[in-house]
Amino acid sequence: MSHFYGVELRSRLLLGTARYPSPAVLEGAIKASGAEVVTVSLRRESGAGRAGQNFWSFVQELGVRTLPNTAGCHSVKEAVTTAHMARELFNTTWIKLEVIGDADTLQPDVFGLVEAARILAEDGFEVFPYTTEDLVVADRLVEAGCRVLMPWGAPIGSARGLNNVYGLRSLRAHFPDIPLVVDAGLGMPSHAAAAMELGYDAVLLNTAVAEAGDPVEMARAFALGVEAGRAAFLARPMEPRDMAQPSTPVIGKAALGD
Amino acid sequence: MRIFLNDDAHEVEAATLAAALESLGYGGRKIATALNGRFVAAAQRSLTNLVDGDKVEVVAPMQGG
Repeated sequence: MSHFYGVELRSRLLLGTARYPSPAVLEGAIKASGAEVVTVSLRRESGAGRAGQNFWSFVQELGVRTLPNTAGCHSVKEAVTTAHMARELFNTTWIKLEVIGDADTLQPDVFGLVEAARILAEDGFEVFPYTTEDLVVADRLVEAGCRVLMPWGAPIGSARGLNNVYGLRSLRAHFPDIPLVVDAGLGMPSHAAAAMELGYDAVLLNTAVAEAGDPVEMARAFALGVEAGRAAFLARPMEPRDMAQPSTPVIGKAALGD
Repeated sequence: MRIFLNDDAHEVEAATLAAALESLGYGGRKIATALNGRFVAAAQRSLTNLVDGDKVEVVAPMQGG
């Protein structure tokens, strides 16, 4: 079980809802992943448009919890206003807070992130900050009221996996009691397994599933990767060694040499 | 008066944000609003007066990562 702001979840995989080839494939992927939380967003809609209404009906029928994001926000003001609109629209105090600092890497603006997190936490939001693996920034986010941290594995949509395993491991060691989620940059189930092997509480991904040739099967594969990684962490892996150590005992080996 | 809704100019007779949204086809819709960059809660729309040149943002649920 993982816990986010007092909510207990069986699944340790949070799934994004964007970029799927069709709503049917998205629905199949969510079911195959076992995700109980899906990320959603909000965008402009015209008076004649129905995309938003249709998507809202679709999400409600899925019966999963929504985690709205502030994707695309580059300033504290934008992110805070977007969070307020999301809270009303999705009827949740949860917000995946993104304040983007660089357009090429979509790297978080951690200074704006901390400022926006503080404003939102004081206003009753339960903030899931999309951040880097920087320890000091993480400390500031916790001080600001965040009770979940979501460091990136790699830039959003890059499928590069865990760029800084050392940094992620340090973060886990530094915050043993804060739920940690690797968010963004995962490409393969082995990346998700690696995050879980580090003791992370969950992973959040979207593009790796949505843009796979068979998103439903890839969602299932990620679920297995997450489960395997978590089980491995709980099983306490052996420490790596520099030199070989025979796994087959040598005592009692037949003397067959000259 | 002329207001800008999601950057498009509209001539509206309505005095309030709620009335303007109704006249522009948003009645009963699942939307959230901001006026000149500030969030306006659904319950406040009928109490929010518009003036010429106001910038209104209207958003709806959308897929996201």
